[in-house]
This record gives sequence, structure tokens and C-alpha cells, in this order.
Amino acid sequence: MSKTSNINRVDGFAKVTGAATYSAEYKTPGVVYGCLVGSTIAKGRIKSIDTKKAEWAPGVLAVITHLNVDKPSGYQKAKDKRNFGQPLQIFKDDSVLYYDQPIALVIADTFERMQYAASLIKADYFKEEHSTDLQKAADKEKKIDTEKGNDYHRGEHDGYKNAEVVFEAEYTIPTEVHNPMELANIIAKWDGNKPTLYTKSQGVEGTRRSVAGVFDVPVEDVSVFSEYLGGAFGMGLHTWPYEIAALMGAKKLNRPVKLVLHREQMFTNVGFRPFTIQKMGLGATKAGKLTGLTHEAVAMTSSYEDFMEGTVNMSRFIYDCANVSTRYRIVPLDTCTPIWMRGPGEATGSFALECAMDEMAYKLNLDPIEFRKLNYAEKDQEQNKPWSSKYLLECYEGGMERIGWKNRKNEPGSVKEGNWLVGYGMGTGTFGCYRSPTSVKAKFLQDGNLVLQCSVNDMGPGTATMMTAIGAEITRLPAENVIVEMGKSGLPKGPTQGGSATTSSVGSAVHDACNLLVSKVLELATQNPVFKGIAITDLTFANGLIAAKNNNSKSIALTSLLTANKLDGLEVENLSKAAEEAKKYSIYSFSVHFVKVLVNPNLGKIRLAHVVSCADIGTVINQKTSAGQMFGGAVGGIGMGLMEALEIDHRFGRPINNNFADYHVPVHADIEKQEVFFVNKKDPISNPMGTKGLGETALVGMAPAIANAVFNATGKRIRDLPITLDKIIETIKV
Amino acid sequence: MKNFQIIRALSSRTAVTNISKEKEAMFIAGGTNLVDLMKKNVVAPDKLIDINGLDLKKIEFLKGKVSIGALAKNSQVAEDATIKEKHPLLSLALAAGASQQIRHMATVGGNMLQKTRCSYYYNTDMPCNKRTPKSGCGAIGGSNRMHAVFGASDSCIAVHPSDMCIALAALDAQVLVEGPKGKRQIKFTDFHRLPGNTPEKDNNLEAKELITAIEIPDHNFTKNIHYLKVRDRTSYAFALVSVAAALDLKNNVIKDVRLAMGGVAHKPWRLTEAEEFLKGKTVSEEIFRQAGDLAMKGARTYGGNDFKITLGANTITEALIIAASK
Repeated sequence: MSKTSNINRVDGFAKVTGAATYSAEYKTPGVVYGCLVGSTIAKGRIKSIDTKKAEWAPGVLAVITHLNVDKPSGYQKAKDKRNFGQPLQIFKDDSVLYYDQPIALVIADTFERMQYAASLIKADYFKEEHSTDLQKAADKEKKIDTEKGNDYHRGEHDGYKNAEVVFEAEYTIPTEVHNPMELANIIAKWDGNKPTLYTKSQGVEGTRRSVAGVFDVPVEDVSVFSEYLGGAFGMGLHTWPYEIAALMGAKKLNRPVKLVLHREQMFTNVGFRPFTIQKMGLGATKAGKLTGLTHEAVAMTSSYEDFMEGTVNMSRFIYDCANVSTRYRIVPLDTCTPIWMRGPGEATGSFALECAMDEMAYKLNLDPIEFRKLNYAEKDQEQNKPWSSKYLLECYEGGMERIGWKNRKNEPGSVKEGNWLVGYGMGTGTFGCYRSPTSVKAKFLQDGNLVLQCSVNDMGPGTATMMTAIGAEITRLPAENVIVEMGKSGLPKGPTQGGSATTSSVGSAVHDACNLLVSKVLELATQNPVFKGIAITDLTFANGLIAAKNNNSKSIALTSLLTANKLDGLEVENLSKAAEEAKKYSIYSFSVHFVKVLVNPNLGKIRLAHVVSCADIGTVINQKTSAGQMFGGAVGGIGMGLMEALEIDHRFGRPINNNFADYHVPVHADIEKQEVFFVNKKDPISNPMGTKGLGETALVGMAPAIANAVFNATGKRIRDLPITLDKIIETIKV
Repeated sequence: MKNFQIIRALSSRTAVTNISKEKEAMFIAGGTNLVDLMKKNVVAPDKLIDINGLDLKKIEFLKGKVSIGALAKNSQVAEDATIKEKHPLLSLALAAGASQQIRHMATVGGNMLQKTRCSYYYNTDMPCNKRTPKSGCGAIGGSNRMHAVFGASDSCIAVHPSDMCIALAALDAQVLVEGPKGKRQIKFTDFHRLPGNTPEKDNNLEAKELITAIEIPDHNFTKNIHYLKVRDRTSYAFALVSVAAALDLKNNVIKDVRLAMGGVAHKPWRLTEAEEFLKGKTVSEEIFRQAGDLAMKGARTYGGNDFKITLGANTITEALIIAASK
């Protein structure tokens, strides 16, 4: 990947100049404006809803509620109600299942009139007692009998209890929200019975299937456009009620309806990282060999959908340990359904595991990295398979050197810079490398440009840039000659963007399709008189020119070849899948985050003086976009560690900081120095490029690194995220 | 948001005359707070009197004082070279507020009139005596990490959010206003109110009165000053606690001192008792610590903000140490 390994984002210019079209920006003649009105209680039934004033307000075209909605036929056919992927059926009946659940859709001819009319809707309720506090409802936990929900045991159950040195602790993380800058937004329209959505989705094909299910129409009849996303972080993995509502409105009026959620609604209606309580039990020999590890998690879900994620999974394989138990339970609460948020369960789980490892290292009086090296897993004990590749030790080394780990002292509070207490901490992250079957069409146009097509979306990591780099590399064309078309239905089917699988899936498909296309070009060339008597293996193709290897004078431009054959192009569409060989290996990315904090114990102020994130992600396709992704993921982890928490007033069952003034994410000034480092060694198994995936592991392990550094600085162990200043000063005597 | 009219005023006299004719009218300047409140249906004026065209943007250095027009932008004041030289505490406090973009829009008068930032006030389906009298206080017994420890009442425990005002309270500023009954002056520390039983009143402006300027008398607090703001992130966050500290030192003896706190009360909280304690004493960490403890006496907390007593005392001490060391 030499020439193309550092190309600029191919869509960067369009994005910064405003030329890129986001969902709500599609020019749609006759579009009208909709918005959702939410319930003001967390649980109960709607006694009455007064829509008259809104209906009579100027410009109002429709007010849809459960009383007058044309229920889509798919509602009846829906399968098991609790099955994940069956979201709230909007306007189905009078029940209220969470605070701010949409109870009315108001559509008017202008944005302002729609807003005003929406403020006139008033509802009365039969209130029921709600439950929104996981810590109070944890006894209502239930085990879900699926692969994700099953208990896991290796060796002795809870074997840690019999160890020479035993450590136990409980950790909590609060609800966090995705809140990308671009709000959830859609333009919905119908052409007869065929719906079209311009919407914020991480998976065009998934959105098509959901919509087809709700409205009981063939999947092929659903068109979805989602060409640019202003971030998503996982919230685009579901088809949400607002999208269905916009389609209902468009159908009723037979006009396109634009609907953009308010920022407040982004906190209540499109998922979140679930509040999770975790219990860790670690057992080790006095010399520092782990002998037992138990990881239990209880997480929240909604009352109508069972959401689960891989919270306890990392504990099964990341360290060498004979006796491992994991248990995962969920508790239904009166909220919207959670949804995977960057790093997802692994980020939650790594907070508990990597803090517990740090605490155990202290108990054993070992350097935390030394302790981890003593328990380095030479193979994946969970699957009993060899690693495809693993450069975790290189990540430790690279990070230790950059952060200045040698300046760390194990004794908390023993290093100072002026009045500031200095602390060093680290946390390990990992994420599985997945590869989904993906179709890509590669096509040479008559002008010699290469077009790559796939329905995959790009929520920000630089998917089009990655496709361009791989396509250019294989076809040996300059990157400027590659055109990517993506993010809409009708193109060859790509995967949902999530789980760090896009490069492995789509990149491989580009790789394969382009190789086939080059072969097709060379085959066509052998039939040309110029290359008479020359074998296909003796031909080269670069910069749009086919030439004989041993005779430079014998060459022909691709454009001329196409013209000579009266072709207006040459194309290949190919479905790529993972090789069978890959099943013999355990394929994971690894990351290690290091932080150096400065703490003022009097004010509780934590400064991130230096942050270093190292990752083994196999081959790095593009240094710039990868670094960008790693920086962003690390900052997400910093938010998780230091400030993000959706605060619920449980008396009302509703969030009270559902805005960007009160829900904090980091600003530039919070991070004084940040760097990233990639091992950049090819994985021999994962896929043809040897990549392993980055998006999730960029965040996994950062929050515990911060918590561990804060302990090293202050001696204060904070097991409840986020680590806000009040938790630092509480017990430090002045 | 409901429909509203905007009337552009050309002089402070016509602005006041215009607003006097209307029932549900409000002045608008930078709009950095009012527009948010309108979008959230917390306030719903029929008419806005746009005062941005008024000649109230000047910073004038007069004999014995500076006069800052009510429409001077926060960034303009913060970055003014003479303000930095003569009133560095004000410049520091302004620069600690909001974000650069907001400081470019926000005016001095508007900064003083921004509403308390309690979440219960901003959410129209929550109880709040300030927004809807007699509906109760949601923050008491609810989420009150940001809330007051001084001067609160059973009807409201919200805090005044401005940074600028903390410095102005410390610097003995005066507020110049113009209303239907003419012009008058209000001592800055008397401008904002404690909530009592009327939390809907944030200040002592009378109906239809317009702030025209702030005046700060000349003083010696130009060197040993500091504005220390403690918050949940390094920029763009309201203070949990902030302290404006100004010392006039001679041979390490405190000739004069001003101390005011933000994030602790419904108004900028001047620490007069601690000031008296410090006057005449020699600078030391110990007396600063004692001043901090003294200042926090009588504080009352509400669960979520219990930490503010320790944090408040520590912030006062730290601000004084930094000020003395400059």
C-alpha cells in the first residue's frame, strides 16, 4: 500500500465546502416539515390528547396520533415482540413506555409553523409507576437464553475464589449517548407503494429490510439514500420510530416529509450505551499468575426489546487463565432501547477488567504491565485456536516508551510536578475482526477512470478513501482516477458499517473485484494484434497502459483497447467472502491506551498531560484516516472516563441534562498532548490486505487507563464513571 | 417557538418608549440566552425590541472610572488593551466564560441578564418556581450538583451563571439604567437578587428598564489578581465554583482585598467577611486557608452539591495563593 497509503480523504473537499449532501439536504420538491411530540411521563397510558389547536394552527397539514394513524400492516405480522430488531411500534396504541416517547407527529408547510403547532399539543395520562434506576432494579435481572446471554465457564466455576491472592470489586458505568453532530434526520416519500428514504443509516440494506417489514412491501421496492453521515457512533444501526413516523406522514399526505430530531430527542429516542453494573473477581498466585477470573455484568434494556452486547467477552480470552466464568444479565427499564455505542460492550467490559487488573497488580506489588505480561495469552483459550497475529507486546512497548513509563512509580502520589500529582495508567483494548460477504462492482469507463460501487455507508472513518486506495493500488492507477459510488440502495450489496468490519469486508471486495477486472483487461489485451504471441503473464498494466514486460514498445492504452473493441467500459461485479482457512484462527485487533495525568487534589482537577494510543490493527491502509479514527476513538474514551453521563431524575424517569451545555464531551483544551502509534504489521489470515479493524478498539481500554492513572496520582480508586472532580476531592483532606 | 415581531430601536429612549407600550415585549441584544429560552418555550415574547443599533458599544476611560457600554461585546471588553491593563480581573473572568463564538455575540448587559442555568428551569414539563411560580422546585431532592450553597430558599436553589459578573461584583461596579421614569444607578452587588419567595425575579431592574452601561471606579487591583474557575471540562462549561480574588499588597501585607464567588448563589457572592479578615495581614498560605474556611461558614448543601463546601474553601485558598504570587 505504498503509493496510496497516505492519500487525502477523497470526500474531504465536498464535506468542508458543503457540497456533500446529507439526508435532510436532498432537494425534494414539495417537501413538508414534520416533528415528533414526546410524552411527558415515563410510563402509563394516554388518557386524552388534544390536537385541535395544532390542527387549526396556520399551515398545519396533518397531526398523526395513535387515534388516527393508519397502522402499517407489518405491525400485525411482527414476530416475538421482545426480539431485538423489533423497535417500538410508533403510534400503535395508547401505551407510554418511556419518557419522550413520540405520541404525535405534526406536519406543516414550513419549519416554523410546524414547530409552533407542535407546542400546542397537550396530553393527559393515566400514570403508572416507572422504573428507570438500574441500581434499584438490579434484582429484576434476567438471563437470556441465547449465545450472547449464556453463562461461560472454563475450568472451575468462579475458580478465582480459591486463589492465593483474591481481589473483588464492583464497577459501574452510567448511560452515555452517541449524539453525533448531525442530528437524526430523514426525508421520506412514497411512489405508490414504494417508499424512498433519505435517512441517517449505517446500513442501507438493513434499513431497507426494516422498512419493508413494517410496511409489508418487498425489500426491492424500498429505496434508501444515506450517502454522507455526520457521525453516528452506532445510533444508525437501528431503524428508529422517527423514520417510520416520517414514512407514515408521507404516505398520509402523499408528499415528501422531512423530519429532523431536536437535540433533546437525540438523548431519549435513538439509543444509548446502557448503564451497566459489573462485578469482577480475580485470583492469582503470589508470583502474579492469574488462576481465576470471573466477570459479571448487569445492564439495562428497554421494556419492549432485549438488547445485549459483548460486555463480558473480553475477559474470556485476553489473558491466560485456567478458570474463567462470565455471566451477563439484563434488566428491562422504562426507557428507549439501548444501541451499540462505539467500542460497545467491550468498552464497558474493559473498564471493569482493566481496572481490576490494575488493582490486582497493586495487590501483588507488581508493575501493571509486568502483571499483564506474566499473563500474556499465547493462544485464544476461549476458542482454543491460535491467534491469526498478535502484536500486543509491541503496543505495550511502543506506549511505554512514548508516555515515559519509566518515570512512573508504583507508589500512588509519589511523583509530583510543581503542585500537581502525577499519575500514569494504561488499559488494554481488543475487538474481533469480522468480515461480511460483500459485493462490489469495479468498472473501467471509456475515459480510463475506475468506478467502484457498493451500497456500504461511510459514517466518517473514510470508507470511500479506503476503497479508492485499494482500488488504485490493485489497478495501479493514480487515486485521482478512481470514483467511488456508495451509500445508496441499488448498488451491489455492502454490509452495515459497524463492528470495525468495513475495511475487512468492503476493502477485500474491492481488492477481489479489481484483481478480476485487471485480469479481464489483460485477457482482452492478449486478443489485440499488438500483443500477438505474448502470454497474458508477460503483460503488465499500470497507469492505464497495458505493456509487454520485455518489450516496452509494445503497449496500448486501456482507452484505446476499449475503443478498438467498441466497448464503452469493462466491468466486474463480485461477491467476496472470508476464506474457510480463517475459521481456524482467532482474529482480533489489540490496542493499549496510556495516559499521564496531572491532578490538583484540592480542586479535583484532572489534566490529561499526555495520551498515547497504540494499536495492532494489521496493515494500515491509510495512515491519515487511521490516525484520525484512533484520535477520535481515544477522545470518545476520554469522554467516557472523565465526563459523559446521562443523568436521570428517577422521580420523573427522565433525563435532566439532555442538551450539549449540560452533557459534556471533551474539548480540545482538555487534552494537552495526544499521539497514536500503529504496529502496522500485516495479518496473514484476516483478508487479502491483512487488515484487522480499528474503529471500536480505538476507544476500548481508554476509560480504565484514565482511572488507573488517577489512582496512581492520588491513591483514590474511582470505580464509578465518569471521574468527575467531586469524586476526587471528596475524601482528600485539605 | 411562536411567531414574534422584531422592532429595531434607534435610541435608548425610543427603546424604552417602545417597550413601555407592549405587554409581552423583551429587549434583545446578542440573543445568546434569550433565543435558547424561546426555542424551548421557556419564554414566549410577542415582540422583541432589538437594541443592537443603539450607541452603547463604547468603552470609555473617564476620570476616576471606566464606562463600558451595555452593548459592548464580551470579547471586545476581554481583549481591550486598557481593560487588560487597568482591570485585568474583568478580562480574565470574561475570557473564562462560554466559548469564543458566544463571547463574540454576547453583550455586557445581556451577560448580566442571563437566566440561571438550572435544568428544571429549562425543561417546561418539570417543576420550577422560577418559570412557573408555585409549581415547586425540582432541584431540591433532585439533581443539584451545580446548585447553590449560599442564600438559597425553599423555592429556588439555582445559581447565577456569569463569570463576568463575579469580577464586577468584586470591583464595586455600578449599573447604569434607563427606564420610563428616567435614569438611575444600581450598585452592582445590589443588582442581582436572592430567590426568597420570588425566584422569578433575578434582579432589581424595574419593568421596562434598560441597562445602558457599567461603570468601574479606578482601583489598585492590577497585579495580584486571579479569576479561578473550577468546572467539569477545561472550556465551555459553567463554573461549579469560581473565585475572583484581588489583592493590593505592600511589602507582602494585604492593604486591600476583594473576593467574590460564582457558582454558589443566586447572585455573585461577595465574601466581605473573608475580606475583612484578610485586611492588614501578611500573606501566607495559612491565612488564605483560614479565609477560605471562614468564607464557607454558613453554607448549606443539598446532597448533590455537598462537595462544594470543600471545593469552595480550596478554590478561595488557591485563587489567593495564585494572586499573591503574581
